[in-house]
Amino acid sequence: MAEREKILELKNVVYSFHTYGGIVKAVRDVSFDLYQGEILGIVGESGCGKSVTAQCIMRLNPEPPGFFSSGEIFFKGQDICKMTHEQLMQIRGTEIGFIFQDPMTSLNPTMRVGDQIEEVFIHDKSMTKAMKKERALDIMAKVGISDAEKRYHQYPHELSGGMKQRVMIAMALVSKPSMIICDEPTTSLDVTIEAQILELLLQLRKEMGTSIIMITHDLGVIAKLCDRVLVMYGGKIVERGMAEEVFYETAHPYTQGLMNSIAGLETEKDEVLTPIEGTPPDLFSPPVGCPFAARCEYAMEVCHKYPPQETDLSEQHMTFCWLQHENAPKVDLTKKKTKKKGEQA
Amino acid sequence: MAKKNVRIPSGEVIPEIPETLDPSLFKVIGKNTERMESISRPSLTFWQDAWRRFRKNRPAFLGFCIIGLYVILAIFAPIMSKYAFDAMDVSLKYATPSLEHFLGCDGSGRDIWVRMWMGARVSLTIGFFAAFINMCVGSVIGGLCGYYGGWLDMIIMRIVDVVYGIPSLIITILVMVVVGRGIHTLIIAMCVVGWIGSCRFVRGEVYRLKNQDYVSAAKVLGVPDFTIILRHIIPNVMGMLITNLCMAIPGAIFQEAFLSYIGLGIAPPNCSWGILAKEGIKYLKVYPNQVMFTAFFICTTMLSLTMIGDGLRDAFDPRLRGTE
Amino acid sequence: MSKYIVKRVIAAVLTLLVLITVVFFLVRLMPGEPFTSEKLNPIVKENMIKYYGFDKPLIVQYFQYLGNLLKGNMGYSMKYTNKTVNYIIGSTFPYSADLGLRALAIALVFGLLLGVVAALNRGTRLDVFCVILAIIGTSIPDFIMGAVLQYVFGLKLKVLPVAKWAGFKYTILPSCALAFYTMASVSRTMRASMLEVVQQDYIKTARAKGLSNFRITWKHQIRNAIMPVITIMGPTVAAVLTGTFVIEAMYAIPGMGKYYVDSTNDNDYSMILGMTVFYGAFLIFCNLVVDILYGVVDPRVRIGK
Repeated sequence: MAEREKILELKNVVYSFHTYGGIVKAVRDVSFDLYQGEILGIVGESGCGKSVTAQCIMRLNPEPPGFFSSGEIFFKGQDICKMTHEQLMQIRGTEIGFIFQDPMTSLNPTMRVGDQIEEVFIHDKSMTKAMKKERALDIMAKVGISDAEKRYHQYPHELSGGMKQRVMIAMALVSKPSMIICDEPTTSLDVTIEAQILELLLQLRKEMGTSIIMITHDLGVIAKLCDRVLVMYGGKIVERGMAEEVFYETAHPYTQGLMNSIAGLETEKDEVLTPIEGTPPDLFSPPVGCPFAARCEYAMEVCHKYPPQETDLSEQHMTFCWLQHENAPKVDLTKKKTKKKGEQA
Repeated sequence: MAKKNVRIPSGEVIPEIPETLDPSLFKVIGKNTERMESISRPSLTFWQDAWRRFRKNRPAFLGFCIIGLYVILAIFAPIMSKYAFDAMDVSLKYATPSLEHFLGCDGSGRDIWVRMWMGARVSLTIGFFAAFINMCVGSVIGGLCGYYGGWLDMIIMRIVDVVYGIPSLIITILVMVVVGRGIHTLIIAMCVVGWIGSCRFVRGEVYRLKNQDYVSAAKVLGVPDFTIILRHIIPNVMGMLITNLCMAIPGAIFQEAFLSYIGLGIAPPNCSWGILAKEGIKYLKVYPNQVMFTAFFICTTMLSLTMIGDGLRDAFDPRLRGTE
Repeated sequence: MSKYIVKRVIAAVLTLLVLITVVFFLVRLMPGEPFTSEKLNPIVKENMIKYYGFDKPLIVQYFQYLGNLLKGNMGYSMKYTNKTVNYIIGSTFPYSADLGLRALAIALVFGLLLGVVAALNRGTRLDVFCVILAIIGTSIPDFIMGAVLQYVFGLKLKVLPVAKWAGFKYTILPSCALAFYTMASVSRTMRASMLEVVQQDYIKTARAKGLSNFRITWKHQIRNAIMPVITIMGPTVAAVLTGTFVIEAMYAIPGMGKYYVDSTNDNDYSMILGMTVFYGAFLIFCNLVVDILYGVVDPRVRIGK
C-alpha cells in the first residue's frame, strides 16, 4: 500500500453551516487518505455527514452558509480549502468526477445528453467539436449506453433511470479524472441495475486506475466494492479499516449495530433483525463525549463525559471507542447477535 | 492509547482527559433512552407553526394592520362624519384639505374623506366577495373533479380548458353590459369566469393528495370518503387556499377599479375607488391632489394584501417549517 | 413536435368557436336595442332591421354571422353607419398594437433583468431594492401609474409630451405606464423561479463539472428558470391588452380601446361582436404562440406524457 501514490488526504477537517438556529457542525474532525486506484467506502446513517464530507472535497457545498472551521484537504499536494474559484474550476470535472445520488434530478432537463457530457471540456480550447463528440460517444459506449449515437441527441426525460445514472457516470469519467466521488449512486435504482453499475465501476477502476470514494448506507455495496471502509457517525469517524477487518473484526458498537440491522441471504426466516434504536444526535449541540453513547448498549459513564480516543488495532484498522481502553470490560463485537421471533420480551 | 488530548477545533468544549481514569467510569450503563430520541426544538402543530412564522414576518404583519385599519375606517368613518358622501356644496368646489374636510372636496363640493371610505366599502366588499365566491365555487368543483375523476372530471376539465383560453376581462365586460351596472351584478360578472383559476389549482392539488400513501392507507382501512376529505384533504389544501384567496383579493379590487374607471362598473352617484380615481384624473392638470389620495389608498391596500399573501405563502410552505 | 402543434392549433380553433358563440348570444341578451335614436325614421329603422337580419330567427342569424366571419366580413358599425367594423379595427388596431408591443418589450426586458439581478444578489441591498420595486409595481393599477407619470414628467418636469401619439417621444410615457405592472410581475416570477432552480441538483452537477459561474447561470439556471415566465405570458399579454383601454384614453391615443368601450355603451351589436371576437382571436393566437414557444424551450412538453 505504501508504495502507491497518495492522491487525497484530509487532515482534521471541520465543516459547519450557518443556519437560522445557529451553527451546525456537520463534519467534526475527519481525517483520512486515499491512494491511487483504491476504492474507499464511507458508510453511515442518513444525516451522519457522509455527503457533506464528500462534497467539501470538491467544495460543492454552498458557501455560505457552509464554511471550513479548520482542517486541510490535500489533493495531489495542493490544499483545496485555500483554492481560488478559478483553481477549483480546473480540478472539478477534469481531475475529480462526482456522481450524484439522484440521476432523475441531477441532469439538466433542457439540455441534450451529449451536450451535457461535452460540457466538461468547455475550458479546453485545444479540442475541436468533433474531438469532444468522439470522446463523449466513446465514454458513453464504455459505460454501457447502447446506441450511443442516438442517446447523444436525446434529452434526459427520454432515458430510463439506469440510463440516466450511466450518463452521470459517463459525465464524471469523460475527462479521465484521477478520482471519482460517488454519493450513493445506486440508492434510487433497482437491484439488478445497481449490480450492473457496481460492476462497471470495478471494471473502470481496473482499466483506468481511477480512485473511487463510495458513499453509501448499504453495507452490501461496501462488501462488493471497497478495499477500505470508513464508518461515520454524528459527523465523526468511529471506525476505519480494511473492508475485511471492519466486517470480521468489528471494533465499534455502531458498526456492529449497522451489521445487525441488515438482512442477508443467510438470515433465517424467523430471525428478528435488531435495529439500532433511537435517532442520530442533533448536530446543533452535539454531545460532549462519544456521539453514539446515548444509543449504545455498552455505554459507560466515561463515554458521556469524554470523547473516545483513537485506538490502532492494526496497520489500517482503528477505532474511536472507550471499550478499547484497558479498564473497560471485554466485549466481543464480532459475534452476530441473532434472536428468534418471540424471544424479545 | 495512541494520542492524548486531541483538540477538536470546532469551538466545542472538550474536557481534558485525565492521565488516569477512575475504573468506576467503566461500568456499562447501557442505552440512555431519554437522550436517544432527543430533539431540541419543541413540536408545534401545523397551524401554530404557520401563525408563529406569519407573526414574525414584519411586512406581512404590517399589511395585516393596515388592512384592519382600513376596514375599521370604512365601517365607521362615513357614520362618524357629519357630511353625506353625495351631499354637494358648490361653495366648497375643489377645497383643499382642512380640519373640516380632511382630504378636501371634489369638483361638486363633496367631502372626499367620506367618499373615500364609502368607496372603500364598495371596493373592499367587491374584492373580498368576488375572490371568496370564486374560491368556493372553484374549490368545490375542482375538489370533486380531482377526488372522483372519471367522466365528470373529463367534461368539466375540457370546459375549463376552453374557457381558460378566453380572456376573462372581455367576458366580464360583456356580462356587465348584459346584467347592468351595480355592486351585485359586478360580483356576479367577475365570478362567471373567475372560478376557473382556483378550480384548476384545487383539482391539481386534490389529485396529488389523493394519491398520497396516507390517503390510500385510510381508504384501505375503510374510512368513508367524506371523512377522508374532511380529515386528510381539506386540512392539506387549506393553507394554500387561504394564500390564494389573499392573492386574489387585490386582483379583484383591481378589476373593479378598472371596470369602474372605463365606465362599466359601479354607476354614479354610488362611488368606489375606481370612480374616485376616474373623477380625480379628470382634473389632474389643475387639481392634482384630487387623485393622489385615492391613488395612495388603492396602492397601500394592494401593497398590504400582497405582503399578507406573501407572508401567508411563506408561513404555510411546508419546506420552511421549523425555520424561524 | 408537429403532433403537439396540431393539437394546440385544434384547441385554439375550438376555443375561438366557443368564444364567438358565447359572445354572439350574450350580445343578443343585452337589454335595449341598437336603433333607439328618436330622430330615426321608422321606415329607415324597419329597413335597418331587415338589413341586419334581426327579423330572422336567432339561430339563422348566428350561422349567417359565422359565414360572414369566415369570409372576413364583420359587417357595418351600427353607430358609425358609414364605416365597416373591419375598417375601424384596421385603422385603430395598429396604434393599440404598437403601444402594447412596446410595453410588452419594456416589461419583459426589464422584468427579466430585475428578476435575474435580484436572484443572483440574493439577500443584498440590491435584491431588497428589486423586490420592493416589484411589490410596489404590482400594487399600482395602470391608470394610476399613467396619471402619476403624466403629472410628474409631463406637467411638472415638462420633459415629455403629455398626450397624443406622434413620434418616439410621445410613446415613452404611455408605454412605461402600461409596462410597469407587467414588469413587476415578471420580475417577481423570474426571481422566485431563479431561486428555485438554483437549489436543483443539476446546478450542483454543473458546478461539479467545473463550469464557470457565468456559464452555470446562463446555460443552466436562466434557461430553466424562464419556464414559469413563459407560462404566465398568456395572462400577461391579456393584461397589457386590456390595459391599453385605459392608457389610450388617458394619453389620447387613437387606438381600439375607445371604440370598444363606447360600443358597449351604445349597444352597437356588430362593433361589440366584431371587436370582442377580434380581441379574443388575437389573445388566443398569442396563447398559441406561447404554447408552441413553451414546447421549443422545454423538451419535456413536446413529447407529451
